[in-house]
Amino acid sequence: MRRERRRLTAAEQVGPYTLLQVERGGLDPGIPGQFFMLEAPGRVLPRPMSVCRATPRELEFLIDPIGPGTRALCDLGPGDELHVLGPLGKGFDLAVERPLLVAGGIGIAPMPYLSQRLGGPPAILGFRTEWHAEAATLVPNAEVCIEPTYVTELLPRGQPDVLACGPEPMLAALRGLVPSAQLAWEAPMACGYGACYGCAVEIDGELKRLCVEGPVLRAA
Amino acid sequence: MLLNASGCLDALTAPELVRLLDGFVTKTITPEPREGNPPVRIAETDAGMLNSIGLANPGRNCFLAETLPRLRELGVPLWVSVGGFSASDYAETCAALERVEAIELNLSCPNVDVAPESAAAIVSACRAATSLPLYAKLSPSTWDIAETARALEAAGADGLSLVNTLRGLALDERTLLPRLGRGTGGYSGPALKPVALAAVYACAAAVGIPIVGMGGVQSGLDALELIAAGASAVALGTILFSDPTAPTRIRSELAAEAAARDLGHPLDARGAAHSSLQIGVSHSGNGLRKRLETGPKVTA
Repeated sequence: MRRERRRLTAAEQVGPYTLLQVERGGLDPGIPGQFFMLEAPGRVLPRPMSVCRATPRELEFLIDPIGPGTRALCDLGPGDELHVLGPLGKGFDLAVERPLLVAGGIGIAPMPYLSQRLGGPPAILGFRTEWHAEAATLVPNAEVCIEPTYVTELLPRGQPDVLACGPEPMLAALRGLVPSAQLAWEAPMACGYGACYGCAVEIDGELKRLCVEGPVLRAA
Repeated sequence: MLLNASGCLDALTAPELVRLLDGFVTKTITPEPREGNPPVRIAETDAGMLNSIGLANPGRNCFLAETLPRLRELGVPLWVSVGGFSASDYAETCAALERVEAIELNLSCPNVDVAPESAAAIVSACRAATSLPLYAKLSPSTWDIAETARALEAAGADGLSLVNTLRGLALDERTLLPRLGRGTGGYSGPALKPVALAAVYACAAAVGIPIVGMGGVQSGLDALELIAAGASAVALGTILFSDPTAPTRIRSELAAEAAARDLGHPLDARGAAHSSLQIGVSHSGNGLRKRLETGPKVTA
């Protein structure tokens, strides 16, 4: 866990999302599904963002401007600097035989890096609109569906090793269908490193700190 | 002296950060285990944040048997924050504690139901149960905090921790429903600093026992201001969430702020705010020294 000040090299629009490219320096990108706390300019708390892509020179984060913190991040431009802390949490277990990536909406964020590390396995990506679906270009080998079609309708027969990230209803549906799935959850977080107990989520009647015990948890 | 505010750091998850502090204050311990409040537990606002953790903790017995021995291994002075729902809850936990630096009585969590007894009655019960230093942590929304401070000093408190969070509410901009699972939460962060300063200032003028000041500290200057208001130690809360390295930075900023005022030690500024003389940053420091000499008595 390191906190460093980093310069933004680019901020690219991808549909409604912004892809922030941050100088990597000596930062370890971690395992796909792990996250960094990004300083949100002018805000009290940083925001947790999973690594979207990692190149030798840059770490990239895909951000949906849905609130004041994410909007402040999306307003950054090349040359701006921000503090980043990470990598944090537990990522996906990459020792899988038949990986299938499943993502909904901004849940696509960790998928490009995950796909890269797994050698481009098949992916199913669901979005609200064609505009949101522009982000699908970040993931190779992907089948895309737009609402009212849901990703769960496209799951193949057999027993793929599902690695998923997306809205809670999607994750809840996948839990029922694929008990072996690895699911990346989300919760408001203050610190990201286990200090605040703010990101506790109730899963099967038990409260878990997502930042330490997750964000990737086994479905069952 | 720099501490963490109770509930703002988990020593066992981040031991390297605890070693940056002069003491570690535990999360509040209650007699029985508590899972805490339902999610959502965190909501950022424009000038602070709300939390509704709800005193999640493993309970007294588990804390004493499992957590405390592991905390001792860190080699940092330990302050144990004690909570409860009656005076006897507090007193029984105090009686069970030994070999810790101090006990902080959390008399002011905004996220749970409070004990029916007065703060002074709880302090009296704990005083009878332990000879360890007892610090009473108060809410800034206490009606007359200086009067409460006097009552707690008379009841046997050795110090005050000022301040806990303020109760606040944030609504979702789309649904207009509370953003926190429990509705309201404890408000902390930069917006709390003037409130904390006012509480420390009022209590320092009212009592002679030492005060740990906390509330919205983000910089060494913030810490120096709390000292000037009368604190003899400063605790960090919300800033630890956004910057885990804050203790090191704030300690060096505090030293620089003191040096810029020709003070040998930051605590030489203690009580400076209680003088009516006007000075700013002085290269000679004479103004501040004079001010400290002529200000009202604020004893350690």
